[in-house]
Amino acid sequence: MKMINEQELHSDRAPGVKSWLRSGEPLIWLNGAAVSVSVIAVMGLLLLLAVRGLSHFWPADVLAVTVSYQDQSRELLGEVVEEVEVVGTQLEGAGIELQGPGPFYQRTLLKQGNRDFLGTDFTWLINEQFGERRFPSDALVIERLEWGDFYGYLRGVSRFNTPEVTVAEEGPELTWQALQELIAETDAVREQIRQIERVEIGAINYELERLRLRERELEMDGALDAAAQADLASLRAEQEARFRVLQEELYVLYDSIKDHSYSAELADGRVVTLPIAKVVRAYQPNAMSIPAKVGLYFERLWEFLSAEPREANTEGGIFPAMFGTVLMVILMSIIVTPFGVVAAVYLREYASQGFITRTIRIAVNNLAGVPSIVYGVFGLGFFIYFVGGELDQLFFPAALPRPTFGTPGLMWASLTLALLTLPVVIVATEEGLSRIPKSLREGSLALGATRAETLWRVVLPMASPAMMTGLILAVARAAGEVAPLMLVGVVKLAPTLPLDGNYPYLHLDQKFMHLGFHIYDVGFQSPNVEAARPLVYATALLLVLIIALLNLAAVSLRNRLRERYKSLEH
Amino acid sequence: MQTHALDIQALKRDQGPSTGQLGPAHTSLRMENLNLFYNDVQALFDINLEIPRQRVTAFIGPSGCGKSSLLRCINRMNDLVDGCRINGRLLLETEDVYDRRVDVAALRRRIGMVFQKPNPFPKSIYENVAYGLRIQGINKKRILDEVVEKSLRAAALWEEVKDRLHESALGMSGGQQQRLVIARTIAVEPEVLLLDEPASALDPISTLKIEELIYELKSRYTIVIVTHNMQQAARVSDMTAFMYMGKLIEYDDTDTLFTNPEQKQTEDYITGRYG
Repeated sequence: MKMINEQELHSDRAPGVKSWLRSGEPLIWLNGAAVSVSVIAVMGLLLLLAVRGLSHFWPADVLAVTVSYQDQSRELLGEVVEEVEVVGTQLEGAGIELQGPGPFYQRTLLKQGNRDFLGTDFTWLINEQFGERRFPSDALVIERLEWGDFYGYLRGVSRFNTPEVTVAEEGPELTWQALQELIAETDAVREQIRQIERVEIGAINYELERLRLRERELEMDGALDAAAQADLASLRAEQEARFRVLQEELYVLYDSIKDHSYSAELADGRVVTLPIAKVVRAYQPNAMSIPAKVGLYFERLWEFLSAEPREANTEGGIFPAMFGTVLMVILMSIIVTPFGVVAAVYLREYASQGFITRTIRIAVNNLAGVPSIVYGVFGLGFFIYFVGGELDQLFFPAALPRPTFGTPGLMWASLTLALLTLPVVIVATEEGLSRIPKSLREGSLALGATRAETLWRVVLPMASPAMMTGLILAVARAAGEVAPLMLVGVVKLAPTLPLDGNYPYLHLDQKFMHLGFHIYDVGFQSPNVEAARPLVYATALLLVLIIALLNLAAVSLRNRLRERYKSLEH
Repeated sequence: MQTHALDIQALKRDQGPSTGQLGPAHTSLRMENLNLFYNDVQALFDINLEIPRQRVTAFIGPSGCGKSSLLRCINRMNDLVDGCRINGRLLLETEDVYDRRVDVAALRRRIGMVFQKPNPFPKSIYENVAYGLRIQGINKKRILDEVVEKSLRAAALWEEVKDRLHESALGMSGGQQQRLVIARTIAVEPEVLLLDEPASALDPISTLKIEELIYELKSRYTIVIVTHNMQQAARVSDMTAFMYMGKLIEYDDTDTLFTNPEQKQTEDYITGRYG
């Protein structure tokens, strides 16, 4: 036996850089660092979106302040949006005389609202010009349908042009109550009006349009004789009669609210009288308790999620965009899944694995890398102008020259995105098919099943988790896509949802709104950038959440399928 | 060319149909000058073999000798292999398996096959057994229930699984899975059972159960088994074929082949001198 050398077992080599490198530890640190950076980046992004987007709905306190500059002073009232530090020379360069020692000065962005009286609803102020900061408890904020928010002090409420209560006589509390009651009343009437205009008159218009198309069809067939004309005329008269009844109703409703008003004093002392019919809600943030503010916060958040946009998308909600996004993604999934699966099954199961199949497979993989705008151009050129144009000639000649499907719309957008995501589904499904053990196919064939039966009963169910993986990737890509949609169906404002109560319920030819495009539109095409900015963040957050939600749904479905069809453990 | 005709003595000794006659009456499968090629490589050379009805016939031989290939010729599993070519004749009863007009799916229903590794479908135990019937369009619950129970009983599995018929078959042990696969195969009532090393992936106790099962089943089915394990061949089979390098070296009743082989190669193999 050879004696084991002590030196060989306990190498006393100094623990230098070299041995540290050899230990593999640097790689672990590097991996850890890369993961941390990714996690921090994602969390930071979400946090930024959440903070900037969600804080917008908080009813912030209203600041009243006297700003004096060069012997002139003015009273201002509004919400502080942000405070930043700027270099004095920059301000001096803009021709402003500064008092303080510098070099840095605080600057405040104040949302003063009242666009109809003050011209701009956001203003930058230099903090050193501020007098005492006050938070008057009777400061009033009114969200309006037009002209943005109103900031002021409530003075009185009038019902049908006659003053009902005033602060001077009945006191602030009664006046406030009267205002809230009147707003609630008006709101109820406005909801009725909306119902009639949107749903009932919408249905009549839809019916009239169908009658017009029928008349045109008959005319083109040369079958528009006197009897048919009389028939159509009577149907039309029926609809018009219904319309007149509704119109009368509308007039009455409009009249019942148009003469309510409130009077309020602006910060500069002017007293103005404004219609209650244009009020969304009124609140006095400085007098509100925290629970009341939380309640209002969620009310405003819910409005954002459930209402339609107003004021060129800078106010109100984003429901139509949300709805359009989800509907489009669902339609896309319905189109892309069968196509992708069938193509993958052919490539993997039936095609002989030769040169041509390999070429096709490479081509499909490369399609996944084609820029999305190219798909948009293809969708516009092929689907809309060619296929849509032909469809119009064949099935909707009565509506021409106005196109039905020969114009961007929901169906073409879904189809274009389905094409865009097809490679992902094909690749994932093929991958899944190739992983199914040969022994299972043989087991099925040995029992007398044909290849098709084996495919249908054993192979496809087992490959379904892989199909879901493909679909998840497809949804993630499609939901965030904007560029091609701008060409094939998305608009900044769609007056109606593509799904409604009028036959055929799902209007594939309609244009629709989309969250991704909404972000672009609100952020970069908006006339009121400051007002729109928080909505950009909030909408972006919502888009991320919706994609995450759609993905989670698909992932949980996939996990259930996996559990069911988990392949054999060998 | 040496032909291996059926040994009448072996049949008599084994309480078989006591007509005592040679010929088609006792032959379930007959191979005549069967050659198998994978592309340009010949895997089987002029196989001539008659497999008796309701007996167990074992194919033994070293790895790569072609015994599995020969087994897979019988139910045309080799059709799935690209570049596979066969000539010669293979008759099931009187019908040529490789005839152009043969419906392969129907043929495979008559010739069931059990593979080396248990391959239950990722479905419930019940659905695994019912699979073969469902693809024939039989969906009546009463019939399925009956067949499932009968098949599981025949595969000696009923008592173990009758309370969890609707649980996944993947939760069973390897031996149970293999017996389930046998139950699934006999549910479609084949004439011939091909077993491709059915116990090679199992522990000794499960192997024993499979062997007992084979013994039970041979009264109703013609069984052909490929095995690496010579003791197993000696225990379960009535007839044994020894193959080497794609050729059939010797075919005889099991006792004769193991105690008094005619060929030197056979003797060398069974005494463990090579293979």
